[in-house]
Amino acid sequence: MTAVFLETPKRLVDVEIDGRTVRVPEGATLLEACRSAGIDTPTLCYLENLTPVNVCRVCVVEVEGSRTLVPSCSRAAETGMKVHTDSERVRTSRKMVLEFLSSSADLSLASADVQRWIAEYGADPSRYGDPEPPHAAGARDATRPGEHEAATDGAEAATVHQPVKYDNDSYVRDYSRCILCYKCVEACGEDAQNTFAIALAGRGFDARISTEFDVTLPDSACVYCGNCIGVCPTDALMPASEYHMRQEGTWDESQQTVTSTVCPYCGVGCNVDLHVQDNTIVKVTSPLESEVTHGHLCVKGRFGYEFVQNRPDEQ
Amino acid sequence: MDLKLSAEQKATAAEKAAVDKVIGPSETGWDGGERQARDAHVAFGGHAARSRRHLLIGVLHAIQEAAGWISPGALDYACERLTVPPAEAYGVASFYALFRTAPSPGAVVHVCDDIACQVNGAEDLCERMKRRFGDAGTEAAFDGSGVTWQRSPCLGQCDRGSAALIQRAGGQPARVQIAPADPEKIWSYLTDPQSQGTPAEPTIRSEEEGADGPGPAPRLLTRVGAVDPESLGSYRAAGGYQMLRRAAGLGRHGTLREVKEAKLLGRGGAAFPTHIKWDAVASNPVRPHYVVCNADESEPGTFKDRVLMERDPYALVEALTIMGYACGAEQGYIYIRGEYPLAESRLAHAIETARAQGFLGGDVMGEGFAFDIEIRRGAGAYIAGEETALINSLEGRRAEPRNKPPFPAQNGLFGKPTAVNNVETLLSLLEILRIGGPAYEATGTENSSGSRLWCLSGCVSSPGLYEYEFGATLREVIDGAGGVRDGRSLQAVLLGGAAGAFVGPDSLDLPLTFEDARAAGATLGSGVVLVLDDTVDLASLLRRITQFFRDESCGQCVPCRVGTVRQEELFARVASGTPFSAERDLFADIASVTRDASICGLGQTAVSAVDSAVKLGLIPGASS
Ligand SMILES: Cc1cc2nc3c(=O)[nH]c(=O)nc-3n(C[C@H](O)[C@H](O)[C@H](O)COP(=O)(O)O)c2cc1C
Ligand code: SF4
Ligand code: SF4
Ligand code: SF4
Ligand code: FES
Ligand code: FES
Repeated sequence: MTAVFLETPKRLVDVEIDGRTVRVPEGATLLEACRSAGIDTPTLCYLENLTPVNVCRVCVVEVEGSRTLVPSCSRAAETGMKVHTDSERVRTSRKMVLEFLSSSADLSLASADVQRWIAEYGADPSRYGDPEPPHAAGARDATRPGEHEAATDGAEAATVHQPVKYDNDSYVRDYSRCILCYKCVEACGEDAQNTFAIALAGRGFDARISTEFDVTLPDSACVYCGNCIGVCPTDALMPASEYHMRQEGTWDESQQTVTSTVCPYCGVGCNVDLHVQDNTIVKVTSPLESEVTHGHLCVKGRFGYEFVQNRPDEQ
Repeated sequence: MDLKLSAEQKATAAEKAAVDKVIGPSETGWDGGERQARDAHVAFGGHAARSRRHLLIGVLHAIQEAAGWISPGALDYACERLTVPPAEAYGVASFYALFRTAPSPGAVVHVCDDIACQVNGAEDLCERMKRRFGDAGTEAAFDGSGVTWQRSPCLGQCDRGSAALIQRAGGQPARVQIAPADPEKIWSYLTDPQSQGTPAEPTIRSEEEGADGPGPAPRLLTRVGAVDPESLGSYRAAGGYQMLRRAAGLGRHGTLREVKEAKLLGRGGAAFPTHIKWDAVASNPVRPHYVVCNADESEPGTFKDRVLMERDPYALVEALTIMGYACGAEQGYIYIRGEYPLAESRLAHAIETARAQGFLGGDVMGEGFAFDIEIRRGAGAYIAGEETALINSLEGRRAEPRNKPPFPAQNGLFGKPTAVNNVETLLSLLEILRIGGPAYEATGTENSSGSRLWCLSGCVSSPGLYEYEFGATLREVIDGAGGVRDGRSLQAVLLGGAAGAFVGPDSLDLPLTFEDARAAGATLGSGVVLVLDDTVDLASLLRRITQFFRDESCGQCVPCRVGTVRQEELFARVASGTPFSAERDLFADIASVTRDASICGLGQTAVSAVDSAVKLGLIPGASS
């Protein structure tokens, strides 16, 4: 006999969003409620397969009775809540978050959605003046918490720009693009990989993603699963294959096909998407919705594809 | 957990000994000891091993004190002993200003250049430090291992005119405050620590003037100066521990009722009703419960908690015990900022002697309940005073605030129901029990019951700590401290600290109550009254405030991490000549997002002081 476990049916809660009543299961977040009502809500640090850290604050909404805005990605919907997603306060905060990030980091490779939000909310990074010149390699890693920087004259806008960290064959870390969304740390830690090779270091604007003492990835605990790459919203983390092609100017997504298949290595059977350009695999990802992987792979599935391309006719 | 430890230089014997002194020697090859035959047949790595994470900051302090910095080898050893991934431990070490993660001189002098000291010539002091010790951040020869100095945020000695903290490795004592500070005094202390006895002792002076100065009979300061802070007998002779007996007589519910009837509001800054938190913890079915005293006092201009802990430590121990009893907690913590070595050692002594005489332990005063207290030392982070950041720090993590809800009463320390209160709030509890909740409620004003400590600093004749019943006006409080010094005229007062607001001379008749301050768009915050006369350069004071928030932001959320930097840049432009009117729209947007969308009170108040200065027309070109 097989036992069939039925989930206890969830109670439903009604929230009012922008004047409309939206019914969601108990425990659903305001973001889920907004999305189910078809309301476009920007997110940066939120991802379905990670625990919400609610740090970017681009998803904030106004809840009547709350002094401050609330992050929709983590606040549970409660019966009777009255929510506004398009008030002046909400629009200003979203614009400013996007403006703060685009004036301090390089968002040029962030998704089309992000580019659209920047335009729609009218974020204008030029309001802060020209960006300061990039930091020397390692300079941001050497900052001390709480130490005043040399007094700024405010003419240039502080940024996180710095040289790319390229210390292994699998992937590069371009922290000029990092918006400190914590996703890579979560993916490397408790939400997926449990390797804990990277963490937040430093404090304030000098906070950064780092290995212990900024040692290279080969010296760190990193096992090159690439799950951090999979969740990074700005392509700060990028497979070396893609990085090289972009450097050479040959990366062309319009020329790429995506083939969904199953990883050839072990019995788990992870779903993999092979990104192919010119009959060559240029990148491997896994779909977020996959019940097997939730978007996460191991080093073999993510990077172990070269044997496929080691074709005798090309040698 | 599988840890990869890759430091080339292993921990030195001294570093290992320092770690072992905190957490005991390792028992197996699994936690950093010698590998033994039996280790091959057992595994220690699960929850039990990881459950010691909360000891990390204490261990890092020990390494810092032994070696002057946290080397990769020492960090690896700490990680092995506590089963913490090195990347995470580095993240913790690099968060706190009293830890150094690069080779460092053996002595570091932190010189306060924060708001109150600014008014008293901090820039001049820094200039003299530079002449004596070289540029900030550079190393001067001293005692074989060198000395360096750096600027510091407020050290809680704001009534002294100037202040410094000396941090030393290898030697004893490891940390000491010098106030007032000057380069020669610092040098002579460095060369001969014995020469000055207990060096921080003579730096306490003017609070007695508050104790027996103007205003009604002191309640919070009754014992300050009157009891020997190192004698339990002296404390008991002054009535100590009678309130604990009374609370036990009232029972848990009776004690909670007194606090409720007293309408006590928190004195740490947020003015939250104390009984609501306590009731929520006391009635929570989840066990265990924890109570925490927030002694991180780092709001610039605040020094009240330091004075209370240095001069009346047993009172805090008794009050926290009563709080534990009322909330159904058997374990309490005092989280004290690392810059307060004297207060810490006095508290440690008080706890030890109280425990020895049965005032803490398995059966407190024979009343049939258990309670004990542990001191946890902060490591240089204003944000660690925010209660959820404090809880993270107690757990051995970066002091990043948590999103609320859930509140600590539901999900606090180690995920358990936790109540956090300020030192002064707790001492008010003793007064509530002494006279009874309703009688306490009858003092002060309608919505602000009891009395309050005011930290007077800046351009005032007798800076110090003053206690008044709620209702005294700003004028009374300033006049009580001798008025504006040298007969000069008042330019403005900064109320409530860097997170507070400026008020002008036309607000002198403002009664200092929660309700009047709120109505005036100000805040009492942590009781800061920084008096500024007409000679003070407000523009540079404002720049210092913007720097403070930039330096102290934890960096977690975008509005505050970037917003504090953009605010600093904006005021730098104003200081170098851009009219404020050209920046007004940008400032309004920065103010809006930091207030509305930041996770915690730091970001939410980062523009308050500056905004109030703009509104008062204190910024050139800003008058509207
Ligand atoms: C940035 C920040 C710093 C804080 N620092 C302190 C502090 O040093 N001491 C303190 O008692 N409360 C501090 N607080 C307030 C605490 O979060 C909390 O409200 C308080 O400890 C509760 O105790 P109370 O109700 O007795 O005031 C701070 C809050 C913020 C947002
Ligand atoms: S590749 Fe995997 S192990 Fe390495 S840092 Fe990224 S998530 Fe962590
Ligand atoms: S590297 Fe990418 S995933 Fe990691 S914090 Fe930065 S932006 Fe987020
Ligand atoms: S408001 Fe500032 S201090 Fe508070 S969580 Fe955000 S970044 Fe950290
Ligand atoms: S998406 Fe909600 S805070 Fe980042
Ligand atoms: S000690 Fe210098 S401002 Fe407080």
